[in-house]
Amino acid sequence: MTQEDIFGKVKALLVDALSVDDDEVTPQARLQADLNAESIDFLDIVFRLEREFGLKIDRNDLFPESIFSGDPKFVQNGKLTPDGLAELKSKMPYADMAAFEKDPTFDKIGDLFTVDLITRYIHSRVGAK
Amino acid sequence: MRWVWIDRFTAFEPGQSATAVKCLSHAEGHYAEHFPGFPVMPAALILEGLAQTGGILVGEVNEFREKVVLAKIPAAKFHRDAVPGEMLTYTVRMLNLSPQGAVVEGRVTCGDELVAEAEIFFAHLDQNRSSQAFGDHNFVFGGELQYLLGMAKLAAKPAELPPAAT
Repeated sequence: MTQEDIFGKVKALLVDALSVDDDEVTPQARLQADLNAESIDFLDIVFRLEREFGLKIDRNDLFPESIFSGDPKFVQNGKLTPDGLAELKSKMPYADMAAFEKDPTFDKIGDLFTVDLITRYIHSRVGAK
Repeated sequence: MRWVWIDRFTAFEPGQSATAVKCLSHAEGHYAEHFPGFPVMPAALILEGLAQTGGILVGEVNEFREKVVLAKIPAAKFHRDAVPGEMLTYTVRMLNLSPQGAVVEGRVTCGDELVAEAEIFFAHLDQNRSSQAFGDHNFVFGGELQYLLGMAKLAAKPAELPPAAT
């Protein structure tokens, strides 16, 4: 399955899960800021991905929660430390960090949850089957 | 009013599916307002009955230790009105189940006719770290729902029913 095929399916299930128009679901769209996803929607998305692609998905694999638990080694003055960035990269290997690394503000971690993140995650899982 | 919108279970397959029935009676107070002279079962109460059927299916998996709450109804369709005198059958099937929550698909029928269908999403409150806010008491599966839980277990184990008194 190509990344494009996966994106098409991800797009369709996000339209159902989040009640958004399909032209809003671009690869760059952020689930929370652009598509108004709430916390419970993330689990709904995980379930839909499981059904669509026949996978078992651990919610924390795709959408990790509480990565840093306020640890000062990882977060200082509202920004991620180099250790924090490394930790985030290891927890979210499918996220596009390029823009975030320039301004690693803790509050912007939610912006890493994009449509593209889901597509890349599924591509890695489907390819690995 | 007792907030129980199913009358009894007629089938219960743990972790898989459940069927319950609800008889609509003109004596239920809501028909006076919904609508005067034209009594129709409110769609929201049909969904509530379907959600109670599904919620018990989900809760039973963990022996009712989790607080199972209705979190989201991603889709619902209503095909026709339901009126006093009819018996609705609520059938739910488990689509997904995880430590954080579950999704069921549900159908409401009256005889052979489809009345409504919906997808219902439940969250496990404990798994979402809300126990601090709601405490340890399980307010979901207590009180009036206990009766239905017993009925669900009886429906699941018909062979163990005591013989009827004659």
